[in-house]
Amino acid sequence: MTDKAFGLIYTGESNMQLRDLTYSRSIAAVPFAGRYRCIDFILSNLVNTGITNVGIITQKNYHSLMDHLESGKEWDLHRKRDGLFILPPFVTRDNTGIYRGTIDALRSVLGYIRRSAQRYVILTGSHTIYNTTFTEMIAQHIKTGADITIMYNEERAFDPEDQFDDLRLTLNEDGRVTDLQYNPYRPASNLQSCNTYVMEKTLLEYLIEEAAAHDQMDFTRDVLLKHVDSLKMYGWRYDGYVARFNSLPGFFRHNMAVLDRGVREDLFNRAHPVYTKVKDEAPARYGANASVRNSLVADGCVVAGTVENSVLFRGVHVGEGSVVRNCILMQASDIQPGSELNYVILDKGVTVKNGRRLAGYEGFPIIVRKGSVI
Amino acid sequence: MIKKRMVAMLLAGGQGTRLGVLTNRTAKPAVPFGGKYRIIDFPLSNCVNSGVDTVGVLTQYEPLELNGYLGNGSAWDLDRNSGGVYVLPPYVKGSRGEWYSGTANAICQNIGFIERYDPDYVLILSGDHIYKMDYSAMLRHHEEKQADATIAVLQVPMEEAHRFGIMNTDADDRIVEFEEKPRQPRSDKASMGIYIFTWPVLREFLMRDDREESSEHDFGKNIIPAMLRDGRRMFAYRFEGYWKDVGTVQSLWEANMDLIQDEPELNLDDKDWRIYSRSAIMPAHYMGRSGSAIRSIVTEGCNVEGSIRHSVLFAGVTIGEGAEISDSVVLPGACIGANAVVKKAIIGENASVGEDACIGAAPEEDDPPYDTSLTGDITLVASNTAIRAGARVPAGMIVNADAFGAKEG
Repeated sequence: MTDKAFGLIYTGESNMQLRDLTYSRSIAAVPFAGRYRCIDFILSNLVNTGITNVGIITQKNYHSLMDHLESGKEWDLHRKRDGLFILPPFVTRDNTGIYRGTIDALRSVLGYIRRSAQRYVILTGSHTIYNTTFTEMIAQHIKTGADITIMYNEERAFDPEDQFDDLRLTLNEDGRVTDLQYNPYRPASNLQSCNTYVMEKTLLEYLIEEAAAHDQMDFTRDVLLKHVDSLKMYGWRYDGYVARFNSLPGFFRHNMAVLDRGVREDLFNRAHPVYTKVKDEAPARYGANASVRNSLVADGCVVAGTVENSVLFRGVHVGEGSVVRNCILMQASDIQPGSELNYVILDKGVTVKNGRRLAGYEGFPIIVRKGSVI
Repeated sequence: MIKKRMVAMLLAGGQGTRLGVLTNRTAKPAVPFGGKYRIIDFPLSNCVNSGVDTVGVLTQYEPLELNGYLGNGSAWDLDRNSGGVYVLPPYVKGSRGEWYSGTANAICQNIGFIERYDPDYVLILSGDHIYKMDYSAMLRHHEEKQADATIAVLQVPMEEAHRFGIMNTDADDRIVEFEEKPRQPRSDKASMGIYIFTWPVLREFLMRDDREESSEHDFGKNIIPAMLRDGRRMFAYRFEGYWKDVGTVQSLWEANMDLIQDEPELNLDDKDWRIYSRSAIMPAHYMGRSGSAIRSIVTEGCNVEGSIRHSVLFAGVTIGEGAEISDSVVLPGACIGANAVVKKAIIGENASVGEDACIGAAPEEDDPPYDTSLTGDITLVASNTAIRAGARVPAGMIVNADAFGAKEG
């Protein structure tokens, strides 16, 4: 597979519904499940497929992402031949450096696409998370003779509040796409795109140039929707767990879902490890009065209080007598003794001082911005 | 080759027979320690944090696991263009080739490696100690004293001094006499097995020692006494802090338990002195609905549905519902079945303990006789060993897949 496909990840999505989570970072760099960032899953999927050439298109707030990726070493992508290419925006005579849409972003990296020696491209966004390899998807793409193959899964629940970048597929019995709906008011299908596409790179080049020539800027609207009849599009069904980070409650829900054994075993399938930046933290330490139930706890944590139904990222301290329930505490949160938190998301490095209390609700978790002191 | 001020040579050839089945298939420095480390992580991390970027690892016993663990050294930032970490096994030289016959002989056989870097000093380390130490401070001391050799020493209680190599020093900390395990110690300065030598001096003594047929080619027994006899400038460097030789089952268990205290003497959370290791690629650990952990350390990949008390869990350990683990060390990938009881034990890598089994049970009169000389009251289950459901393993027994485990478990 190595010589067949390369990966291209678009990380420029902007979604106001994620509120302060994306205040200082792109969605790709949003922390997830105790020690990961969204991009880790997408990169690991590509690497576990055997792909060694990956381009990452960045748009704004990408410092945090670059800091995380470094040379791509943790994903075995620091290579002499191919490897990891971070593709930030740049200003040229006919490019202002600010993309007007996905087509604009793809057009600015046409040079990278042309230079890539592989025949197929796996194009993905960065806010949809799952753990699989693309080997079968590419094999199906070749077998069906599709122009574009769209990965999808079945989503039974529909919440208009949670809708973002929602592409619905209607398929015929052969699996060919007969209709696409984008952000529909009432979805006609519960087959939802996973934001991952396989096609020949020459087709991608052509589609980008053609859309740009007509001043069309959005890949989903202006390319996919318009070509349902003229291109052979097929769906590739995925039955594993899919987490879409569409809103803050969605982000909260997916983190909590990892507490479920089935979801955990699916997302952290031992056959396809998820790679991430290693921080060399010491193992987590529990004190004499610690009480921890149904929680995910990362290395570097020191827990002396009570923790239930929560996700603790690396280096979180929970002081004696503190009670943390239904919370997501990101890296280096410091919960001082006697505090109480319920339905709270603390971004990195937040300090909650002695005895303070903070509570949100299941459908409306409170988020506290990076580095705040309460 | 770029000249290096100091090159480190890490003696990792020990078989570690006193660790029993823990070193059946692995060299002592590769023995897991402290939840996510292996013993060798400590000297290697100390080297990197002290600015020593060239390390030769001398190995000759079961090197496969150690070699695989070290890889290209990137986990310790020791993948360098110049220097880095090298595994140095014995090899055939011309018509002559031999195993390392002693610590000094191992260095002597690798003079060629050291000379490539033309160092001023050589740091000799061993692969069975747990401690954090700034070797650059020791080197400054060595230079200030214009020493030929500097030996790191630790103050030990006088009544235990007879177990160590003891340095008798003058007021200036110059070593006047060295006694290996003296019956009547006259000083409490114990050698930590960490030496800095001025390279040309060491080289000369190694060559001289190599020609002596009666020599055991050992630093403590031959090289240090020979240098003292010759009147060389040798100084003690006092180290203060946590240091533990983990060469026995008892001391390995104790050192693991030392990490559990509320304010461990050996702080692994020190951002300025990280202990690096090759990380298991696993998610954060999960503490289940029926799980609990008190006074314990737990690392990535664990699934805890039972209760753990005063224990250390390594990466990827599974503890079944209702299981009770206390005062124990559970090594990577081990699996403890539901309602099993594990008391004061070391459970080997990828070992499995069946449901309702009891490890470390109180000895009974009709137990068959077994040897506890290596273990005392600590029960040891070898790696890749399966203990049958409901089995009872009395305290202090060593369970090995080749013996008890296969037959009874």
